[in-house]
Amino acid sequence: MTGTGNIVARKAFPAAAKEKLTDTQLRANLRRATHTIRDKRLRVVGEVPDWEALRVAGAAIKDDVLSRLPELLERFEAAATAAGAVVHWARDAAEAAALVTDLVQATGTTEVVKIKSMATQEIGLNEELEAAGIAAVETDLAELIVQLAGDTPSHILVPAIHYNRSQIRDIFTRNGLSALTDDPPALAEAARRHLRAKFLSAKVAISGANFAVAESGTLVVVESEGNGRMCLTLPETLISVVGIEKLVPTFRDLEVFLQLLPRSSTGERMNPYTSLWTGVTPGDGPRTVHIVLVDNGRTDTLADEVGRQALRCIRCSACLNVCPVYERVGGHAYGSVYPGPIGAILSPQMSGEGANSTLPYASTLCGACYDACPVRINIPEVLVHLRQTGPHPAAERAAMRALSWTMRSRRRYAAALRAARRGAAPVRWATGGKVRRLPWPMSAWTAARDAPLPPKQTFREWWARERA
Amino acid sequence: MNAREEVLRRVRAARPAEQVVVPRDYEVAREPDDLVELLVDRLVDYKATVHRCTGDGLAGTLAEVLAGTERIVVPSGVPQEWLSAYQGDVMRDEPRPLAVADLDAPGIAVVTGCAVVVAETGTLILDAGPDQGRRALTLVPDHHICVVHNGQIVAGVPQALRRLADPTRPLTLVSGPSATSDIELNRVEGVHGPRRLDVVIVDR
Repeated sequence: MTGTGNIVARKAFPAAAKEKLTDTQLRANLRRATHTIRDKRLRVVGEVPDWEALRVAGAAIKDDVLSRLPELLERFEAAATAAGAVVHWARDAAEAAALVTDLVQATGTTEVVKIKSMATQEIGLNEELEAAGIAAVETDLAELIVQLAGDTPSHILVPAIHYNRSQIRDIFTRNGLSALTDDPPALAEAARRHLRAKFLSAKVAISGANFAVAESGTLVVVESEGNGRMCLTLPETLISVVGIEKLVPTFRDLEVFLQLLPRSSTGERMNPYTSLWTGVTPGDGPRTVHIVLVDNGRTDTLADEVGRQALRCIRCSACLNVCPVYERVGGHAYGSVYPGPIGAILSPQMSGEGANSTLPYASTLCGACYDACPVRINIPEVLVHLRQTGPHPAAERAAMRALSWTMRSRRRYAAALRAARRGAAPVRWATGGKVRRLPWPMSAWTAARDAPLPPKQTFREWWARERA
Repeated sequence: MNAREEVLRRVRAARPAEQVVVPRDYEVAREPDDLVELLVDRLVDYKATVHRCTGDGLAGTLAEVLAGTERIVVPSGVPQEWLSAYQGDVMRDEPRPLAVADLDAPGIAVVTGCAVVVAETGTLILDAGPDQGRRALTLVPDHHICVVHNGQIVAGVPQALRRLADPTRPLTLVSGPSATSDIELNRVEGVHGPRRLDVVIVDR
C-alpha cells in the first residue's frame, strides 16, 4: 500500500457521494452515457460465440504474467533495449514523474503532446511537468475537455463523461476553440483544428501502453481518434509510462486481448486505430524511445492472495458502465484516477493513504461488474475481502463481538430475540413499523437506511405453535 | 538499491508461487460462408466506402475513386500499374522521404496496400511493407485509399495476427476512419486520422 499520486481519495466516499448525488445534471449525463454504452457492449459481445473462452484465456494469461512477473519484466527490458529503446524503472509516482520530467528537460522542449494514459494520470505527471515549466497538451478529445475545464477525469475511458455536449461547447468557447454548434461532429472538428499544428510541430510525445509484449519488447496503444498515432509517429522522442502489470508474455497473447478490450470498452468490434511498435525503427517514427516501468503500489497488490486479481485489469471500464453506484455518483466521488468498481478495489490496495479505506464500501455487491469484466476479476469477492481486512471503528468491533457471543448459543440467541421483540412492540406502535432514525451511535447506520424491526414472531415460534 | 533492483526484489517477494496453465479453448480459425461479404458489411458499418473490382479493373477503379483528387502520395512499393489510369500528380515517398507539410497539404490522398485484413471486425492491418510505407503516410493525409486483395482477407483476429511476417515491424490496425466516442459515448467519425477511408477489394 505504498503507492502515491492521484490514487489517494481525500474525502471519505460516503461524504463525497452525498455531495455528488445532489447534482441532477451529472446524474442525467451519466445515466445517458452509461446506458448507451451498455447496450452497445452487449450487442457486440453477443456476436462473439467464444466470448467466455476468451475471458477465461484472458484471465489465465494475466495470472500467468503475475506468477512469472520477475522473469517477464527482465525479458521485456532486454528485448526492448535490443530494439533500441531505453528502459527506466520507478518505485512510486514521484520517482516516475521526476524521471519523465528529466527526460523531457534533456530535450530542451517546453511543450509535449500526450496520449490519454491512466499511468501518467496516476503519477500526476502533468502537474510535475507544469511545475518544471513544461506544458503538457492532452490530445485525446475527452482528456482535452477535462484539461481545458481545469477539471479531473471521472471515467477511465471517457474522462469527460460527466459533461454533455452543450457543456463541452461552453468549455471550448471559454478557451477560444470555436465550434459552430454543440453537435458532436462540430466539437470534434474544433478539437482537430486546435491540435493539428501541435501534432505537426511537437518534439516530444508522452504515452502509456495498453499492453507490453515481454518476448519482443513491443508496446501497444489502443485508441480511436488518431491522436495516438500522431503522437507515436511524428515527434522525435517518445516516452511511454507503463505499469509493470501491463505485460503479456508473447505476441500471440494479443489475439485474446485485441478481441476482449475493444468490445468491452467502447462497444465496438474493433477500435479505429491500434498501434504496435518495438523500440526504434529507422526512418519510421521517433528516433529516441524511452519506456518507464512503474510499480507505485502494484507489488503491494500482488502480495495479497485474494486482491491480486485486480492486477489483471486491462482498463476497459466495462465495470464502471454497468455499476449502479457509479451511475449515480460519478467518478469524482471515488477521489482516485481509478473510479468505479475496479477503482474501489485497486486504489485502496495500491495506496493506504487518505480515505482509501472507505472505497471498498462504495458498492452494493450486486456483481454486475464481475459479469462484465473481460478478464473475470471477481470484484465483489475482493470488495468483501478488503472490508474484512480493513480498519473498523472500536464501537463496531465491540458490537460484533457481543453479537458473536450471543449467536454462539441457541439459548442466548432465542432470549435476545424475545427481548428485542418485546422492546420493539411500543416502537412499532409509535412509528408504524419503520424506524428512520436511531440515537447515537446507531445513528451512523440510519443515516443512509431505515432500521428493521424484529418480526412479531420468529419461524421457530410459528413452527412450535403450528405443530403443537 | 536502485529502483530497478528494488522493484524486482518486491515483485519476487510478492508473486504467487503456483504455475498457471492457460486454457486456450477459444476459436482460432472460423470459416464464414462468404468472407468478402462479411468484410464489406463490417467496413460499411464503420463508415468506410467499399469498392469491388477485378485485377484488370483495379487501375480504372482507383482512377474513379480518385476523380477530383489532384495529388496523391504513395509508398515506394505501390506498383505503377495501379495508377496507370490516374491523371493527377503522384508523389512517391522515395528516394527522399516526403516532408510532413507535403502530407498535410489540403485535398491530398494516400494510396496503399495492406498486409492482412480481418473480416469480422473490418480491420486493415498495415505492417510497413513496401506497398504500405512508413506510418506517417497513412496518417497525415485526410483521405486513405487501401487496396485489399481477397487472398489477404481472414475471418478473425487470431488468424490475422498469425499471418504477419514480422510482428516487431511498426504495425497499425485500422478499422474505419478516425472516430471518437468521447461525447456522451456516441461514436462520431472524423477526428485526427484520415476522415475518409476507401477500401478497394480486388476479387481474383
